[in-house]
Amino acid sequence: MQDVLIPQLFKTEYRKIISVLCKLFGIVHIEIAEDITNDTFLLATETWGLKGIPKYPKAWLYAVAKNKTKDYFKRNKIFTEKISFELKHSQVDLEEIDIDLSDKNINDSQLQMLFVICNPILSKETQIGLALRILCGFGIAEIAEAFLTNKETINKRLYRGKEKLRLEKIEIEFLDGINKEKRLGAVLTTIYLLFNEGYYSSTRNIKLRKELCIEAMRLNYLLLENKNTCRPEVSALMSLMCFHSSRFNAREENDGKIILYNEQNKDDWDKELIEKGEYYLNLSAKENQITKYHLEAGIAFWHTRINDSKEKWESILQLYNLLLQIEYSPIIALNRTYALSKARSKQMAINETLKINLNNNHLYHSLLATLYKNIDSKEEVKHLKSVLKIAKTENEKKLIRIKIESALK
Amino acid sequence: MKEFMMIFRNEKNKRSNPSPEQMQAMVKQWQDWIGGIAAQGKFVSTNALGFDGKTVDSNGVITDGPYAELKEIVGGYIIVKADDLEGAIKLSDGCPTLLIGGKVEVRDVMVFN
Repeated sequence: MQDVLIPQLFKTEYRKIISVLCKLFGIVHIEIAEDITNDTFLLATETWGLKGIPKYPKAWLYAVAKNKTKDYFKRNKIFTEKISFELKHSQVDLEEIDIDLSDKNINDSQLQMLFVICNPILSKETQIGLALRILCGFGIAEIAEAFLTNKETINKRLYRGKEKLRLEKIEIEFLDGINKEKRLGAVLTTIYLLFNEGYYSSTRNIKLRKELCIEAMRLNYLLLENKNTCRPEVSALMSLMCFHSSRFNAREENDGKIILYNEQNKDDWDKELIEKGEYYLNLSAKENQITKYHLEAGIAFWHTRINDSKEKWESILQLYNLLLQIEYSPIIALNRTYALSKARSKQMAINETLKINLNNNHLYHSLLATLYKNIDSKEEVKHLKSVLKIAKTENEKKLIRIKIESALK
Repeated sequence: MKEFMMIFRNEKNKRSNPSPEQMQAMVKQWQDWIGGIAAQGKFVSTNALGFDGKTVDSNGVITDGPYAELKEIVGGYIIVKADDLEGAIKLSDGCPTLLIGGKVEVRDVMVFN
């Protein structure tokens, strides 16, 4: 019981306690907040193992964290005097220090931490790492696996990130005082990347991938819950993530491989998540502003429609046209051209794809091979051979060889 | 890559009143063309111009219409990236203005250091 309960509580409560403590101590002393939180969980592991699980485990953790914080102040009288300015307590009366673990302060603190962590002075990788560690209660090993790297690299990255926040004297701001548009944009980018890390990650650990996506959605939900940050683009991102997640069960194979969209069993798509996505998509249309999240959510919406229709592909094409004007990426460009083949004609799409000219991209050649199928088998084979050259795994290569053979028939 | 501006010029002929469907079809045409440029990573920015406007001259005289004494009006512009003028001209291929007898003026954008 304890074996399950403590990791579970770590996932849900670690971030709450540490956020509240960070707010109390200031980001400069983030390590103290981390130490106290870690000690709290360590004590839980020891005590609960000996004496059994308390009646209210969460309240137990909060009480211990509070006591440890007060002890810390007692033991570090000098330090306390030094930071008392920062604490804005002119005189730190130990009995009166308010360690506010109310729901409201917990939620506010987490949001405020999210804004601190998503500060543009940190690289996106560091932001995601810190968010996973502090706001999602992820272990270093899990983060390393998600990034396909080792624990040492992650430890260093997180340490440097915290150092930077400390040296640059980044402060925890009140949510209504934050220059929202700019800062919110940075927060959304991090959440979006975190989600993509899970959704498109090359790690085979399906459980971990799902967790990354769920955590991204949870952080996004924090933004939606607060009146200061509940903006249309936040709803749009939520909608996008709901639509994508709706295919989670349909796309996974037992061995961690991904089943492609076209081959998925549509009955396995999660209807509840699709409805949620629609709900947030509607919310996102509250103002006239169109962000890339709106456009991507729109595209994702159409991909949840099972039947191909002229309207579906025309809409997807137009959304891609707009998206490319906001942000270029080879993937978006290739997806747009695929939509063009569906909405207009294969020949038109071939012409446009050739103009894109991404010779080193295997998706570019895959797309051309698909478009040339039944039109020009010589070209089809030529591009399949290019894919073969770039392909990495033996499995991929086998599939491509089969395609080449059938094209030659 | 350098930046080039394409200016869309049309004769100010019988400005038809397109139906909503026609309007939508036109928007799609333009978006497809611009999307094709953006898909090559060569799009910078664009604007379409409306029909409201006046012209101010150096004497401070204001005349009606943005195209008072001209045969042609500028309908809009797009800024694109290309290696050279030739490359930019290539991008004008398929521009909807050309389908209705208009012209595309391709100019290099000056850079001041």
